[in-house]
Amino acid sequence: MAKIKSFEELKKIKDQVQSKVGLREKGENIDNLIQIRVAMATCGIASGAREIMNYMIDEMTSQGIENAVVTQTGCMGYCYAEPTIEVTTPGKEPVIYGDVTKEKAKEIIDEHVIKGELVDGIIPMTHKTIDQ
Amino acid sequence: MANYTMHMLVCSGTGCKSAESDLITANLEKYVAEANMTDEVQVLKTGCFGFCEKGPVVKILPDNTFYVQVTPDDAEEIVNEHIIKGRKVERLLFVDPKTEKMVSDSKKMDFYKKQLRIALRNCGLIDPDNIDEYIARDGYHALGMALTEMTPQDVIKVVKDSGLRGRGGGGFPTGLKWEIASKNDADQKYVVCNADEGDPGAFMDRSILEGDPHSVVEAMAICGYSMGATIGKVYIRAEYPLAIKRLEKAIEDAREYGLLGKDIMGTGFDFDIELTFGAGAFVCGEETALIHSMEGERGEPTTKPPFPAESGYWGKPTNVNNVETFANVPVILLKGADWFSSIGSEKSKGTKVFALAGKINNVGLIEVPMGTTLREVIYDIGGGIKDGKKFKAVQTGGPSGGCLTVDDLDTPIDYENLIAKGSMMGSGGMIVMDEDDCMPAVAKFYLEFTEEESCGKCTPCRVGTKRLSELLELITDGKGKMEHLDELKRLSRVIKDTALCGLGQTAPNPVLSTMEAFWDEYIAHIKDGRCPAGQCTNLLQYIISEAKCVGCTACVRVCPTNAITGTVKKPHVIDQAKCIKCGACYDKCKFEAISKQ
Repeated sequence: MAKIKSFEELKKIKDQVQSKVGLREKGENIDNLIQIRVAMATCGIASGAREIMNYMIDEMTSQGIENAVVTQTGCMGYCYAEPTIEVTTPGKEPVIYGDVTKEKAKEIIDEHVIKGELVDGIIPMTHKTIDQ
Repeated sequence: MANYTMHMLVCSGTGCKSAESDLITANLEKYVAEANMTDEVQVLKTGCFGFCEKGPVVKILPDNTFYVQVTPDDAEEIVNEHIIKGRKVERLLFVDPKTEKMVSDSKKMDFYKKQLRIALRNCGLIDPDNIDEYIARDGYHALGMALTEMTPQDVIKVVKDSGLRGRGGGGFPTGLKWEIASKNDADQKYVVCNADEGDPGAFMDRSILEGDPHSVVEAMAICGYSMGATIGKVYIRAEYPLAIKRLEKAIEDAREYGLLGKDIMGTGFDFDIELTFGAGAFVCGEETALIHSMEGERGEPTTKPPFPAESGYWGKPTNVNNVETFANVPVILLKGADWFSSIGSEKSKGTKVFALAGKINNVGLIEVPMGTTLREVIYDIGGGIKDGKKFKAVQTGGPSGGCLTVDDLDTPIDYENLIAKGSMMGSGGMIVMDEDDCMPAVAKFYLEFTEEESCGKCTPCRVGTKRLSELLELITDGKGKMEHLDELKRLSRVIKDTALCGLGQTAPNPVLSTMEAFWDEYIAHIKDGRCPAGQCTNLLQYIISEAKCVGCTACVRVCPTNAITGTVKKPHVIDQAKCIKCGACYDKCKFEAISKQ
């Protein structure tokens, strides 16, 4: 480890390591954040969910989007439409997008996450879940 | 670089570690690797989450899933279900005892709802062995700010204005202490961190050092800057091996980053920290005794003045603060004195960490704003008394404190109120007692502790505590007389007035406060020869009810002294002369035919 020579250097290191705990800090405030869940089961990964997920994280980091968090989940059951992602805005019903490509992912970030406008490619909810 | 989308935090405080949490971590890592998810899921060890009652705890973020009482064998299921399939492992979720519903989100648990974590801000959130994670949480920024943007006087002013008071128990204003030490000129000054946590049932300081050691390291450096000291010493008991290990690692990493050592952050300020191990003597929590122990002398207190701020370690100006006090300092500097002083009650600012122990449902580590009532702590956060029993008292302040009763449940907890109630804040141990606890016996327990821990230097403490515990022994043995009560009171007063240090001066508190609040119990022991709580064995009789006994002979078989006789299917009797009051028959009887009287 190189020695930290000034307060400015310390601040720079903080910016570099911020991502280490960023996800955990977001967890503290999860109810107020837009949650993006990528289905990362075998079917999803085989269809490229991992790339989509990494792309979304990198894109959101580079755009400096702070009010959203990308996390992963298991198979949502839409194996015919992988990769699928679920976007939940606080206080609203979750929306699921199917067959997400990088272009679609960008569109979702630009329109849905930033502006709150839905984009094409939504899988209509045909089932109900049991809430505890 | 790995883009983590999920963090699995495994508690690795002493409590959870002793329940194999290291193996849980290893297994989780193994199964995450098998699932080929090492770039998405990070498994890491953190400090204490506080919910020790249900440890080991595994918390998954960002969704705040809180798995309790996890075993190493559960790791496979957690990875397969939660990570791969996205389903929560319901059998490991916490079940709220009041609603009997599963709570998956830790933020919705009653245990956490009323807490405000300042000193524990990083405990259970970061990896204590990773300095980068501490820096990511604004770590060492307060030090950087102090060194580059503030004068030592500015730092002292902020700490003074914040209203922070010593968390070791005394409650002396921290800023004032720093100011006095800063004004005494000397060629060398010292900052000492008192990590000699000794109250029975207390583990606040240990948890802070295990979960967030850098916060203490940073605060000591800040203190050093403010008072002009270049050497810091941590006096820590050798029986805290994990805290020592984490602290040593923290100091080493800070040195490598140049955050300790010469010319910190290029400002010309030098500061370094060394550890001194204590042998675990209660009296060494007293600052003068602590300093003598560090110098290699016997751990005995000396009279004050001179205060350590004038003449402390090797006769040099020394500032001694407790672990929790230090842990508050970096945040105060970053967020400001106004922020801190807006929390808490009029004269007690900020929060206090308590170690909840005893007959309470949620044993653990909590942090609440000063001024929170005892009721909120015991019933809302602590989840009430174990096994649905009745609350009787809570002991605060350890052997120096006293008991608070049902009448005090709505008292806001702060330094002044606790003293007014005959107890004290102490370092933050809270031992909850229920209807089965005998108060004279509790007082006896604490007096035996102080008797053992008395250093022996002054007579009032050395002999006085011995005499007090002898008197209490007589009472709990059923040999007490009314004049013993007067003697207890008189002796207590003498010890309080004449003992040399805090240990002796406060030693009679458990006696006085239990006599004040539970006078009837003392009388019952002496006049009626009866222990109302049914705890003092010499005052106890086990009696078989003729009406209820069916003569099943189960009690006969468990009695170790053959004190029970009778024929099958006929009521049995206990020979009181032979009975050793072990209670085996009482526990065995299925017909509630045996009673304690």
